[in-house]
Amino acid sequence: MAFIDIDNVWKTYGDNVVLERVNARVNEGEFITIVGTSGCGKTTFLKMLLGTEFPGRGEIRLNGTPIPQEPDPNRGIVFQKYSVFPHLSALHNVILSREFEGSRLLGKLFGQSRREARQQAYDMLALVGLEHAADKYPHELSGGMQQRLAIAQALMKQPKILLLDEPFGALDPGIRADMHQLILDIWKKTGVTIFMITHDLKEGFYLGTRLWVFDKVRHDPQAPNAYGATITYDIPVGHTDRETLDEIKTSIKPQTSLA
Amino acid sequence: MKRVLNIKPGRAGKLFLGALPFLLTLLVYLWISDARLSVNPHEKLMPAFSSFAHAIHTLAFEPSVRTGQYLFWADTLASLKRLFTGVGFAALIGLIFGLLNGAIPLMRANLSPYITVLSLVPPMAILPILFIVFGLDELSKVMLIIIGITPFLIRDLTAKTLELPSEQLIKAQTLGASTWQVIVRVLLPQIMPRLIEGVRLSLGSAWLFLIAAEAIAAQDGLGYRIFLVRRYLAMDIILPYVVWITLLAFVTDWILRKISLWWFPWFHAQSREN
Repeated sequence: MAFIDIDNVWKTYGDNVVLERVNARVNEGEFITIVGTSGCGKTTFLKMLLGTEFPGRGEIRLNGTPIPQEPDPNRGIVFQKYSVFPHLSALHNVILSREFEGSRLLGKLFGQSRREARQQAYDMLALVGLEHAADKYPHELSGGMQQRLAIAQALMKQPKILLLDEPFGALDPGIRADMHQLILDIWKKTGVTIFMITHDLKEGFYLGTRLWVFDKVRHDPQAPNAYGATITYDIPVGHTDRETLDEIKTSIKPQTSLA
Repeated sequence: MKRVLNIKPGRAGKLFLGALPFLLTLLVYLWISDARLSVNPHEKLMPAFSSFAHAIHTLAFEPSVRTGQYLFWADTLASLKRLFTGVGFAALIGLIFGLLNGAIPLMRANLSPYITVLSLVPPMAILPILFIVFGLDELSKVMLIIIGITPFLIRDLTAKTLELPSEQLIKAQTLGASTWQVIVRVLLPQIMPRLIEGVRLSLGSAWLFLIAAEAIAAQDGLGYRIFLVRRYLAMDIILPYVVWITLLAFVTDWILRKISLWWFPWFHAQSREN
């Protein structure tokens, strides 16, 4: 039994087959980057891991049990945007999960437990390089800093799986490079299993241990929605030759920029 | 010469342009009033400013011969009490139901059609029912305001709650939040500034319902006074009362906006308004 078992997963919306026959096994601590054209179902797949979408057929098992059909603390998420709470300072964004845990009724901590949570939150902010911005609100932070905050916030809960949905898509290239370093550091330090969707193929090769390409294997020109996408390439990163890279590039060409 | 759409007024220019319509209105009023009074000194339709001053002085600074009250202030107090009680309860009910409606699909499926239908009932049409059920006292007036603006507030806040990015709800759940915790820590604080916005928008209707209710059955209040002295064509009282009501409405709105800016700076930075 692997950590995550993806067992013949299908997903359809009406007549539109989005995913078909997706099979994979993932071990704990892997870092998987997912690329594919827009609308190929990679976000749908991530949402299934998250628990906001459900397989139509087949199932995804986490440690042998099907993934619960709603989000929970086992699976942290960072979206491209709207991941942090605009009404809370950076520090309070990070403390929040401790407060949910420690106070069922008010969702607020007081006294000793509050001081402890604050300290933990400071440490977490320091880990992502935001210790100087603890009292700032999200609107006072740049895009990159907001994503750092979202990552810190997700890590507070020590999730088993961290899901990243194009987390750096909206950032400048220079800042993106910093974020890559950050996410690699965090992955090495915490050993969390990461799934990251990206539009940037280079990102997929640079980060992580495994690259998945989502694409359609079968095409019916008369009925473009009759067949769904599946994992067409499952490559251990670092063992790729030029040829495969070019093949993948062509397969996901329309939306991919190799900036 | 720049295109007109590229010309922006400076600080002083803005002030001048903003003040201009007010000044013009005043001047036109003075001019016509003066012309009419010179023809007929007993003319009541457009009194001179001295008549206003005299009428308001009598009402505001001399006790009424009949009741011993300072009528202007008694009216103001009575009206504001009704208005704020009504708006306060409406805001509270609107907040609770709007928030729950927006947050919980089961609740929304259950209540949303009902509230939509209720909000279409013209409040003025059921005023007689309110008088019959709640009597002619304060309660029926407050109830009219509540009934008049609560459905709007509920619908507005439901929509505003639904507008909050679903990413936030999902994120909160991955941080271990229960339904209740999502409501009190994620939704409620973000809905508060939107509640203030909604209340600001509904204040106009609240005044309308208040004055209507006072006009029909009351012993005091700004609306009551206006409708009372109408019988004597007492424009010297009616016009200052109207200006006073406008001023009260303006100040209330201004205070609410300041409170919102003060308490929820993140909201205004986010929506880039005001």
